[in-house]
Amino acid sequence: MSLSATTAPPSPAAPPSPDVSSRRSRGRLLNRLDVKYSPYLYIAPFFLIFGAFGLYPMVRTAWMSLHDWDMIGEHSFIGFDNYTRLFSDEYFWNALVNTFGIFALSTIPQLLLALFLANLLNRTFLRAKTFFRMAIFMPNVVSVAAVAIVFGMLFQREFGLFNWLLSLVGVDPVDWDGQRWSSWFAISSMVNWRWTGYNTLILLAGMQAIPKDLYEAAAIDGASPWRQFWQITLPMLKPTFIFVVILSTIGGMQLFTEPLLFANGNILGGSQREFQTLAMYMYEMGIVNLNSAGYGAAVAWAIFMIIVLVSLFNFLLVRRSAK
Amino acid sequence: MSVTTRRTRLAAAALAAITAIGGLAACGNDDDKPAAGEKPAKLVVDTFGEFGYEELVKQYEKDTGIKVELRKTAQLAEYRPKLVRYLATGKGAADVTALEEGILNEFKPNARNWADLNPLVADHSKEFLPWKWELGKAPDGRLIGLPTDVGSLAVCYRKDLFQAAGLPTERDQVSALWPDWKGFHDAGLKYKQGSGGKAFIDSITAVSNGVMFQGNGDLFYDKEDNIIADTSPAVKNAWDTATSMADISAKAQTWSPEWSGGFKQGTFAATFCPSWMLGIVSENSGAANKGKWDVASVPGGGGNWGGSWLAVPAQSKYPKEAAKLAEYLTNAKSQVEAFKAKGPLPTNLEALKNEAFTGYTNEYFSNAPTGKIFGESVAKIQPTHLGPKHQAVKENALEPALRAFESGQADKAKAWEQFTKDAKTQGAF
Repeated sequence: MSLSATTAPPSPAAPPSPDVSSRRSRGRLLNRLDVKYSPYLYIAPFFLIFGAFGLYPMVRTAWMSLHDWDMIGEHSFIGFDNYTRLFSDEYFWNALVNTFGIFALSTIPQLLLALFLANLLNRTFLRAKTFFRMAIFMPNVVSVAAVAIVFGMLFQREFGLFNWLLSLVGVDPVDWDGQRWSSWFAISSMVNWRWTGYNTLILLAGMQAIPKDLYEAAAIDGASPWRQFWQITLPMLKPTFIFVVILSTIGGMQLFTEPLLFANGNILGGSQREFQTLAMYMYEMGIVNLNSAGYGAAVAWAIFMIIVLVSLFNFLLVRRSAK
Repeated sequence: MSVTTRRTRLAAAALAAITAIGGLAACGNDDDKPAAGEKPAKLVVDTFGEFGYEELVKQYEKDTGIKVELRKTAQLAEYRPKLVRYLATGKGAADVTALEEGILNEFKPNARNWADLNPLVADHSKEFLPWKWELGKAPDGRLIGLPTDVGSLAVCYRKDLFQAAGLPTERDQVSALWPDWKGFHDAGLKYKQGSGGKAFIDSITAVSNGVMFQGNGDLFYDKEDNIIADTSPAVKNAWDTATSMADISAKAQTWSPEWSGGFKQGTFAATFCPSWMLGIVSENSGAANKGKWDVASVPGGGGNWGGSWLAVPAQSKYPKEAAKLAEYLTNAKSQVEAFKAKGPLPTNLEALKNEAFTGYTNEYFSNAPTGKIFGESVAKIQPTHLGPKHQAVKENALEPALRAFESGQADKAKAWEQFTKDAKTQGAF
């Protein structure tokens, strides 16, 4: 419809009969409609899908969080009681600490390593560049469940590979899911394994966008590669870095599959909730316990607010540095 | 055309689009209940694990001309969320739905989700194990479920490991080792000594499970469904018995990789077996260990772990015919057939007396007369009142606390404190 309207040939000279002129004006109308509205039509699919699977669930969750909601029974309006309950809920804070702990353990080493690897891959003398870039991305292609199951086996107490290696150097076997530090370490290692390559590639792309003449000028002035890295690469990479940090934040705050499978599917995350994350706590309250779905919805909104706060913090950081 | 009208038009178009989508969705909502007495073309049955209904359903189709679709889900853990979704959204549920003990109790407070079977089927209350029948009723008196199977309880043990550690291997002698739980612990210590320090049982939560279901009184809830987890003598008894076994435990949590791997590796020599567990033991141990396992009786007589009911969701379009199908699947003849096919223990009194059941022997378990062993154990089961969130308190309060004690993360007092605190929140409904 729109195509025919835009490509309609200009009418030949000749005095236009009333019939032709009406057809022309209709063509003009279509043309104008096309120009005005088809952009909305093109972006509509995203907004329709977002509305159905993004906006609606969010609004509905907010609505649920103001109720005492039984998944398969009655519900009654209780205002903000679910949110006030959050503040005194020991297990919510426990999950928050676990989430941030695992987040720190997985994001900091991961980004440092990614930065290091990206810098290596950015070297001009490196051979088989494409191979290395592909290879480093491979772990990200593997399904998260497969990663979690394999790592779960490696970290087993009785027959696990890591405990076997430890026994070779005379260290007692570690009950990996029995303590906070060891379980956090195990879960972070899964996250690191999966996401380091991804972040490396993004940082690498950022590095390649830095103009080459900056480096050339620096080299002529006698700056060592180390100094070039600190004074050119890092400052120029800041926006990319913030982007990567925000993505990691969103992922880290929503961490769910790895700790769940590490706990053999137990939603508590360890017998004393040593590694129950916020997302797991939300699932426990909202889905597993049928009668506290409203409270689970409040936890979901709390997670959302935390992500917004942390991202805002990052944003302010980059604004300040841009000045 | 002014800006405002253009905007209004756009908004109107958007609104129209949304209503169109909404209208489509609404079509699926139509509540087209059939006229009374109309015969359904098809009934759907939802089960988890193995109920052994394949042949029975074919027979039913032949007898009545009603097609039956059997929807099977392998794991209970996948089955429950599906069921919750059906109930929460009011659509998708099968006409006949299998409910496991824990799920049934959890669903009881919202009994209106289920059809009352009382007016739909004949009175069968005298035909089943009385306690099992009672559990199928909701607090408001409506009959939610017809009994299918019962777990019962026995001890599976490794003959070869027992022999190597100097313990008797013949099943009657082994049963005689542990008339009570004290005897079981002593046997465990003897095994540990004779095997050079190896663990005897898989975990102490398996023990607490066994003790709790021996019917020593109310567990986490009293008869009025008040939470009494911290004061219940039966729970304390299970707790004390379980914690006393920590020194002979392999600390392998049931269903964990350590646990399933432990069967092949021989990390433990005995475990508690409801009859449905036999299949899991043989699968985890593999063909190489065939004939090495045997079945003995459980310390302190009978016990029960698991078991199910058949229910008809209130959203079923054919409650009457669905109830008839459930009635057929739970009658004595069907229960014996199901047992022969896949092994769920009958709860129908007539089926329990049937020779095809009492004479059954299990080849994998050294030809143990499992029909006789479990049948006798069934008769000894004492009725236990399970509250609405029994399963949640057991899995998310009691067992984590026991595991924390077992692994040395908490001492006995600390672990008990953890349990009683969590029991209050997990048990609230």
